[in-house]
Amino acid sequence: MKNIFAVAGVVIKELYRRKDFYVLFIITVLICLVMASVNVFNDSKVARYLKEICLLLVWVSSLVIAVTTAARQIPAERENRTLLPLLAKPVTRMQLIFGKFFGCWFACGLTLLCFYIFFGALSATREHQWPLANYFQAAVMHWFMLGIVVAMALLGSLVFAAPSSNSTICFVIIGGILFVGRHLDQVAVSMREPLRTIVNALYFTVPHLEFFDLRDLVIHNWPLIGWKYIVLALLYATAYILIFLIGACLVFRRKPVN
Amino acid sequence: MTVILQTQKLRVEFRSHEFRQTPKIALQGLDLEVRAGEVFGFLGPNGAGKTTTMNVLLGFVPPTSGTASLFGIDVRQPIARQRIGYLPELTYYYKFLTAEELLRFYAKIFGLPRAEADQRIARLLKLVELEHAAKRPIKSYSKGMQQRVGLAQALINNPDLLILDEPTSGLDPLGRMKVREIIQRLKSEGKTVFFSSHELGEVETVCDRVAIIHQGVLKAVGRVHEITGQHANLEKAFLDIIGFQSQVQATT
Repeated sequence: MKNIFAVAGVVIKELYRRKDFYVLFIITVLICLVMASVNVFNDSKVARYLKEICLLLVWVSSLVIAVTTAARQIPAERENRTLLPLLAKPVTRMQLIFGKFFGCWFACGLTLLCFYIFFGALSATREHQWPLANYFQAAVMHWFMLGIVVAMALLGSLVFAAPSSNSTICFVIIGGILFVGRHLDQVAVSMREPLRTIVNALYFTVPHLEFFDLRDLVIHNWPLIGWKYIVLALLYATAYILIFLIGACLVFRRKPVN
Repeated sequence: MTVILQTQKLRVEFRSHEFRQTPKIALQGLDLEVRAGEVFGFLGPNGAGKTTTMNVLLGFVPPTSGTASLFGIDVRQPIARQRIGYLPELTYYYKFLTAEELLRFYAKIFGLPRAEADQRIARLLKLVELEHAAKRPIKSYSKGMQQRVGLAQALINNPDLLILDEPTSGLDPLGRMKVREIIQRLKSEGKTVFFSSHELGEVETVCDRVAIIHQGVLKAVGRVHEITGQHANLEKAFLDIIGFQSQVQATT
């Protein structure tokens, strides 16, 4: 484990020394503060719109950070040749993949924490309440969803040559899952065979990232989701994370180092 | 003397992905032995198989046939790399880290306790003359400084065997001299150094024994004066051994 955490530590340092997070955070804060300063139509429930916009920005920013950070890890190690001295030490390729994953995932967790603290403070100024349990459920589910995204981008970084192509493909897949993933089974009903089976198979194999989207819970102050469902969702995420990471280890095992 | 690094009938073939392309033979039956405490120079023209040999020794490339071992352990076992230090050619270390942080990262991988790591980092930064820049990000380092930080990372575990791939490549004369001095100091500390270089004058000065490889085949191995023989210097001997002079004579 020491090797995994040593590698993860470098990834976390990289994230807070780069400008990506700060830029996205400042943009989110500025947009939200400008929106908060405007009173649209004297609507007493305007705070909900503000929360919705803020959470949308948090989701977009976190996905950008997760995909771009994970997608560049292994290609940067190869390009700068730091992979050579690293693998010349008693570090296995599996430890490297897991270290990179935990580094990216923990780094995403830290950025989420900052975003959710800002979101909580912003909504508290309007609604004068702190539904902490709701925020906790939403943040944990969001974080595990990012775990799937990070693991998927790491696998992609070993399959596709350039980090940019990997990032683009990851964004298309994530967008596709978030927007149409939940409707695939209904789409399949109107199709002929063998397309119906293919689309149905796709519905049951893709990781349903939309399960982890609890924005409505926070925006409308809905009652908490049962903890057992949360635990089940987290187990579902863990299973997909492991599938992608094992895939990444298998691909990386066959890859030439230089 | 104890044999630290050994290859026996080592053969490496790279298969081409293109249809009907024959595999490229990088190494053909390489037999090498490096003994404890010696500085061993590994010479050959570009594409001779030096880096492939190092890649096999470091477990990056599996041998097609034959064996390679470090300290008697098969190189495919990660534990074989516990007592070695490796400096690759032209590496750009994590530019967002400082030299101190980089060395601490590698120290963690070797499981060094914090106090011992601190002590060793300070000693290595002094050895490679980077104490003044220890807290500066690596992105602000010159090429020579980057190479020296690379040398420091290769020494973080106090290795018994150092594998250096063209350690002076791309350095100015001053940088080369500093790296040479470090190698000589390591030799005086009883370390075994296995290094490849194109700087034959440097090899002549530093090495106890040398091996010359050409097109994946070991052409000569022995003490520098044995290899040099009746030639004026190692460079002339090298050119003769790889067949360059006979080619020149044939064309004139």
